Amino acid sequence: MNKTIKSCKLSREGFLFTIFSLLFFSSAHAEYGLNLTKGVTEFSNEVYGLHMIVFWICLVIAVLVFGAMIYSMIMHRKSRGVTAAQFSHSTKAEIIWTVIPIIILIVVAFPSTEALINMESPTDPDGERITMDMTIKVTGYQWKWKYDYLDEGISFLSTLSSESNIARQLGSGINPEDVDNYLLDVDNPLVIPVDTNIRILLTADDVIHSWWVPAFGWKRDAIPGFVNEAWTNVKKVGTYRGQCAELCGKDHGFMPIVVIVKSKEDYANWVNDQKGQQVVAEIKNNSEWTQNDLINKGKEVYNSQCALCHQASGQGMPPAFPALDGSVIVNGSIDEQIKTVVFGKEGTAMESFGGKLSESDIAAAITYTRNAWSNTAKDAVQPQDVKRIKNS
Amino acid sequence: MNKTVLKTALAAVLMFGFAFALIPLYNTFCEITGLNGKTSGQVAEDILITQTVDENRVITIQFDASVNSKLNWEFRPTEFEMQVIPGKLYKTEFYAKNLSNSEITGRATYSVTPRVASLYFNKTECFCFTEQTLKAHEEVIMPVTFIIDSKLTEDINLMTLSYTFYKLES
Amino acid sequence: MSHAAVATHDHDHDHKPKGFVKRWLMTTNHKDIGTLYLIFALTMFIFGGALAMIIRLELFQPGLQFVQPDFFNQLTTMHALIMVFGAVMPAFVGFANWMIPIMIGAPDMALPRMNNWSFWILPFAFTMLASTFFMDGGAPAAGWTLYPPLVLQGGQNLAYAVFAIHMLGISSIMGAINVIATIMNMRAPNMGYLKMPLFVWTWLITAFLLIAVMPVFAGAVTMLLTDHYFGTSFFNAAGGGDPVLFQHIFWFFGHPEVYIMILPSFGIFSEIIPTFARKPLFGYVSMVYASAAIAFLSFIVWAHHMFSVGMPFGGELYFMYATMLISIPTGVKVFNWVSTMWKGAMTFETPMLWAIAFVILFTIGGFSGLMMAIAPVDFQYHDTYFIVAHFHYVLVSGSVFAIIAGVYYWIPKWTGNMYSERLGKIHFWWSAISINVLFFPQHFLGLAGMPRRIPDYSTQFAEFNMWSSIGGFAFGLAQIFFIIIVIRTIKGKGTTKATDRVWEGAKGLEWFIPSPAPHHTFQDGEAVKDEQLAHVSTH
Repeated sequence: MNKTIKSCKLSREGFLFTIFSLLFFSSAHAEYGLNLTKGVTEFSNEVYGLHMIVFWICLVIAVLVFGAMIYSMIMHRKSRGVTAAQFSHSTKAEIIWTVIPIIILIVVAFPSTEALINMESPTDPDGERITMDMTIKVTGYQWKWKYDYLDEGISFLSTLSSESNIARQLGSGINPEDVDNYLLDVDNPLVIPVDTNIRILLTADDVIHSWWVPAFGWKRDAIPGFVNEAWTNVKKVGTYRGQCAELCGKDHGFMPIVVIVKSKEDYANWVNDQKGQQVVAEIKNNSEWTQNDLINKGKEVYNSQCALCHQASGQGMPPAFPALDGSVIVNGSIDEQIKTVVFGKEGTAMESFGGKLSESDIAAAITYTRNAWSNTAKDAVQPQDVKRIKNS
Repeated sequence: MNKTVLKTALAAVLMFGFAFALIPLYNTFCEITGLNGKTSGQVAEDILITQTVDENRVITIQFDASVNSKLNWEFRPTEFEMQVIPGKLYKTEFYAKNLSNSEITGRATYSVTPRVASLYFNKTECFCFTEQTLKAHEEVIMPVTFIIDSKLTEDINLMTLSYTFYKLES
Repeated sequence: MSHAAVATHDHDHDHKPKGFVKRWLMTTNHKDIGTLYLIFALTMFIFGGALAMIIRLELFQPGLQFVQPDFFNQLTTMHALIMVFGAVMPAFVGFANWMIPIMIGAPDMALPRMNNWSFWILPFAFTMLASTFFMDGGAPAAGWTLYPPLVLQGGQNLAYAVFAIHMLGISSIMGAINVIATIMNMRAPNMGYLKMPLFVWTWLITAFLLIAVMPVFAGAVTMLLTDHYFGTSFFNAAGGGDPVLFQHIFWFFGHPEVYIMILPSFGIFSEIIPTFARKPLFGYVSMVYASAAIAFLSFIVWAHHMFSVGMPFGGELYFMYATMLISIPTGVKVFNWVSTMWKGAMTFETPMLWAIAFVILFTIGGFSGLMMAIAPVDFQYHDTYFIVAHFHYVLVSGSVFAIIAGVYYWIPKWTGNMYSERLGKIHFWWSAISINVLFFPQHFLGLAGMPRRIPDYSTQFAEFNMWSSIGGFAFGLAQIFFIIIVIRTIKGKGTTKATDRVWEGAKGLEWFIPSPAPHHTFQDGEAVKDEQLAHVSTH
């Protein structure tokens, strides 16, 4: 699944081998995730090529300069009985080591400029500006991403997966090694088609974020009040992972990006699926439910979304994850509980679900908790109640 | 020696002032170069006089709308895309609705991408930086009329006009 | 041996003010103030280092074990602010105070009383800054770059941080004015500009940089303050401002700032290398020009810190080209140092070892700097651990190594005691190895995709983070060892008396006064002899 970031966890032998290969500057780097990824776009390959060119230039210069210095340290030491020469300048040498680097820089400037053009104003082989096939708007929030498919009208939030989110709490006692794609997994990944020119608009709601998928070869800031643009065309079907790259507050390290690249056909199916679900959700959100339906649906939602922390038994894992069985909130006012679920609770592990779950799902889960276990509320919460709280 | 001290101290004070002078400098610079994608403010319709229309050149304009999460409004363009010919006057509309039960005042900022395109995006009517007050559940249609300057460089065939509505904190 | 410069002053040993308050609090003596600066810098170095140790401890393993994410952000922010403004800059001002008057044959700094103020502002500024740790909401947590709008969410600590920055800005500017006034007006009669030691030259250029950019920084944080408390909208998009504007202003200060931290270190190594190569500095004049060129370029490259904010193509192109140019004068400097060693008669006392490590490690930092000058590739590098590795290579093995090397080089002159060469060498090897274990793996982490400023990371980054942390603890411990060496040297424990010349190949005025340097050296208008100087080049 994870094609972008190869594991660079090494066995002891692997580590020695790495050191060894490093010493001899072997090209085995990429195998161990030591080097920049080549990525899956034309641009990321260009970037990788440039990275390697400059790296090799630096390496050659390093060998020459450090070589000269080490030679000098061995040969020109006082203990060998040498007397120090007293020359203090050489116009010829100084001209040489000013001019040669300038030439090198000019040589490097050409491919660099070309790569930059490819990012900022891409053209096809005929020199015509390429056309974009679709536009996705990415909005950064503290601490999640929102994706709007502007052409399709699909829109959803993408948040750190619950499994990672629970494991990453201070003192959770869960070993990150046991979590799949720890900190690099989300609930709703961005889905895009392969071989398609995709224009990506970036903005943010609160503070500056930066959207970065290494396999695409770039990152770009999402700035509140402004729209930035970038583009990509992924050549390979797969799952690619990245992270927010601009410090955006306490959970900056916990808002990953997952992009699933599908074949054009699969993508079309996915789009239809999404649209269908939106219609169904809309109908469900607008209808009146019976208490039984709510409880049945709610049990399902609860077990998939809430039970990881609050447990299927409703007993939770205090103190981080309080019990819902006998809870004051669950047995108290409906509005209070909806608020807690919709907006989350600042300073705790309780996330806001308002943007993640449909109004009917939230209503059902809340109804379930108010009827389950020893809880005494025994009332029903309708999707309209959730909507009202959301819009208050 | 006093001269040296005086001069250097004066330089320090001037540099402090320079930091503030950077604000108008930056804004002017942005207006000339399109550095931050803000279009110049509203312009008069007589810009049309200076335009040379090439009927064969069609570019795509996308409209985008964001609402800051502190503002409980719905806000969207009434159409997502428009094919336009540079040098001609066009009109589009944005829709806004106050979803809350109370009166709220908002204010929109705008931004054009690609950034340099903002130099050629002339609005003759817009709702940028004017305050909009909507009563509870009130709806409003806000028009934007604009001309894409016919001097628009050849390498641009697609641009986005984006508005973000913020709650006006009183 | 010429003691002419001080022959009439030998009794001055006894003219130090008596009593702690008079000697230290009210001192106007450049050597005492220099000492105060150095002690302050060392204290801050330990404080900032302790924060770094907590950071590395949290990053030792994936998962959060010790601190909450928000506190982690406070740690990275305060570590940077304290190291930059509390440790590195004051340490260089300490060197400037101690050495510049001696090196140019001046009796003291030009403005001794202001000198006292510039120092004594600092402890107050940093007490204020550090006190934010105990406030509601904690210390600033938006990174040392203080980017809005994030920094505006920080609560009351912003006001304290801003005022602390104002105070240390005033301190730096006063210090810079003092350095300029001293160098321009107090040189011994026959000390022409091109006879000045390179350390003096680099500091002169640094002082001009400070005067040019510290006020700009002060202005920028003032705007943050008014945005936060007085409802202005300099950087607030909702009010018509532009958050990116802050980044432009910040880096207009910030880029020269990094040269403020590296130029004096170039100066120190340009003193050390010729001494132990027993050969004049190669290309003295080109060194001066290169320093000036670096200083000039530093004003026109700032936006290379912002390639990912989405500048227009033309802007990205310009900043890429301009940034690449910096490698030319910097390269000239490295080539000159190597040529200074070439055909010399080298010995490898502790200061020289640090100098050699500096040339290698700083150049590695320069290489990664050149790599990230390439704008399209910087789209990948930006805000990753590759950047963290880069700036620690230039700032730790550049600036901090210079400070440590400078202490070893001049402490015999300051205290009259030779430090223990054996302990010094242990300290060097211990630091030189551990710093590479600490920072080299961070290159790999960055390339493999680990963003900077995150308290926890995906398990694929675990191995290198562990190595980095181990290196970090070892490097931290080595600096405690350094303090022990310094204290032993001051107390004269296990040391020998230093001669006046100290180093066989040493040239320059400071080596023609007694060790320890008497409280007062040189008199107004006292001529110095060309034979005493390292550079008399007039070409």
